[in-house]
Amino acid sequence: MNIHEYQAKRLFSRFGVPVPQGDVAAAPAQARAIAERLGGRVVVKAQVLTGGRGKAGGVKLAATPDEAEARARDILGMDIRGHTVRQVLVDPAVAIASEVYLGIVLDRGQRRSVVMASREGGVDIEEVAATNPGAIKRVTVDPLIGLQPFQARQLAFGIGLAGAQAAEFGDIATRLYQAYQSLEATLVEVNPLVVVADGSLLAVDGKVNLDDNALFRQPEIEALRDPGEETEAERMARAAELSYVDLDGSIGCMVNGAGLAMATMDVIKLCGGSPANFLDIGGGAQAEKVEAAMRIILSDRRVRSVLVNIFGGITRGDEVARGILAALRNVATDVPFVVRIVGTNAADARAILADANLPTAPTLFEAAQMAVAAAGASA
Amino acid sequence: MSIYVDRQTRLLVQGITGREGAFHTRHMVSYGTPVVAGVTPGKAGESVHGVPVYNTVRDAVDATGADASVIYVPARATADAILEAADAGITLIVTITEGVPVHDMLKVTNYLSDHGATMIGPNCPGLITPGQAKVGIIPGHIVRPGPVGLVSRSGTLTYEVLWALTDRGIGQSTAVGIGGDPVQGTKFVDVLARFQADPATDLIVLIGEIGGTDEESAAVYIQAHITKPVVGFIAGQTAPPGKRMGHAGAIISGGTGTAAEKIAAFRAAGVEVARHPDEIAEIVARKIGC
Repeated sequence: MNIHEYQAKRLFSRFGVPVPQGDVAAAPAQARAIAERLGGRVVVKAQVLTGGRGKAGGVKLAATPDEAEARARDILGMDIRGHTVRQVLVDPAVAIASEVYLGIVLDRGQRRSVVMASREGGVDIEEVAATNPGAIKRVTVDPLIGLQPFQARQLAFGIGLAGAQAAEFGDIATRLYQAYQSLEATLVEVNPLVVVADGSLLAVDGKVNLDDNALFRQPEIEALRDPGEETEAERMARAAELSYVDLDGSIGCMVNGAGLAMATMDVIKLCGGSPANFLDIGGGAQAEKVEAAMRIILSDRRVRSVLVNIFGGITRGDEVARGILAALRNVATDVPFVVRIVGTNAADARAILADANLPTAPTLFEAAQMAVAAAGASA
Repeated sequence: MSIYVDRQTRLLVQGITGREGAFHTRHMVSYGTPVVAGVTPGKAGESVHGVPVYNTVRDAVDATGADASVIYVPARATADAILEAADAGITLIVTITEGVPVHDMLKVTNYLSDHGATMIGPNCPGLITPGQAKVGIIPGHIVRPGPVGLVSRSGTLTYEVLWALTDRGIGQSTAVGIGGDPVQGTKFVDVLARFQADPATDLIVLIGEIGGTDEESAAVYIQAHITKPVVGFIAGQTAPPGKRMGHAGAIISGGTGTAAEKIAAFRAAGVEVARHPDEIAEIVARKIGC
């Protein structure tokens, strides 16, 4: 799960990381009120769960409360990479002496977390890694003992900080690691961490990715979820405990298992079609999940055909076939379905489907070809 | 000869009285796996499909000499269950549970590396050595004994390929599902090393997916250490960046972890890469001449 910048900075603040004292607004008049309260120049920033806000015109300076209101009016409702801006953050503008980068990320290969710092802040860290890798300093953290003070010092001196600033950076890195660990994040990032003209450090931007698997014991985090960032289909899928991702194509997919679901999408593409979604109904292919999945797929108006691909393992293929037919009876639709069931009792399953006039195929490749043809025919 | 498990394995089931634990215990027992004990705290003295239940892993090991464990406990109790097994001297721990917090796995895998236990999973289907032992949830009737070693990050995609092989009369030495989470106890290279050393394995099938760099590490290892033929497949060639494809580990982030990179790494290491799952069994059949 991802959260907004203003939410990330509020969380950081709770762990003692210094952040600007701005506030969030959903209407231009609110933005004006915040600017009045802050006094002086402010920055108005679109709050959307995607990068590239600055380039898209979603971050603007304002010298007066009037200007803050006008900039908020410009930005609210803007579309940034398919995300509609519904909130802006109004922060005091700061006098920037220099910008650095500080981030903590899960390193899957090492099975550890890595704290990264760079003297090139305010730019995309992947870009720095590609163009000037020497600018990035890294330390690897043993999860059983956490980030050690000497490691924080290595980073601070490594990016060229000195004196009180190095000490302050080390303190912020330690606090950010505490946030990363307590919130069970997979990524926390401060980019840029600004060296202000008066010499102090300030986290003017914040990014946090959280582990969905840990949300059961992070109730405060779950409450930060922004329902406006979800599509209706994604919301329905979450309620039905189905794993669903909305895509751009015209062929709906319903598959049991994530790996098989991805492979099914790939085969559709290989056959000249385009998948409308990723949807994993989980093991067993239970009847109520099949029905919920059908409703979700058919709620997408772009869907021209549906490919159901189920491996019948411990749940037998004939049971799965009967479940699909029952669900189809409950969900009236004229979108053509192609159903492929393989594994245990697959021949029985095919006979049951054939009796119900549902097209089926023995191989995934043939089933995908049929679904692609059906999508073309019904377009 | 086999890798990880055989007829001499003495298997313990943690979470044996739960719905999943009891269901899969029945299938493991009927497959002929030597399941010697189960553990559910507070349920000592009960029995599940003829398997005696103990309160603690320590009690179960003392009473039965169990040396391997399979875990079906809920996600919130999984880290504790793994540590309990390692503390009692279990050397092979197979964690089926999905939805385990990644920070739990960071602590557990780092702890285990100092305690001599091998962990497979979490969020995996387990492993099966056809005709000898089944540890986990891979359906027993879709496999048969033979020369192909299979290792995969997926569940049903693994079954799909096992079934296609078996359907063509091609058997398997061992099939291992290492799981779809970002932090895993066992990686591709660990299983590849075992297949290379296993005289029962003539050819290796490796099924990867998008996310992380485990496939790239496997390619480097294959180039340097594997003399047996390897057939590869990568799921998620059409997945967009930034979207998690079901598995917590299957996400393209920061421009890395793409299928294209992984396929290129496989090809550079001499691995023949199938374009779609149906093709895997075709390539294997051609390579072993049947």
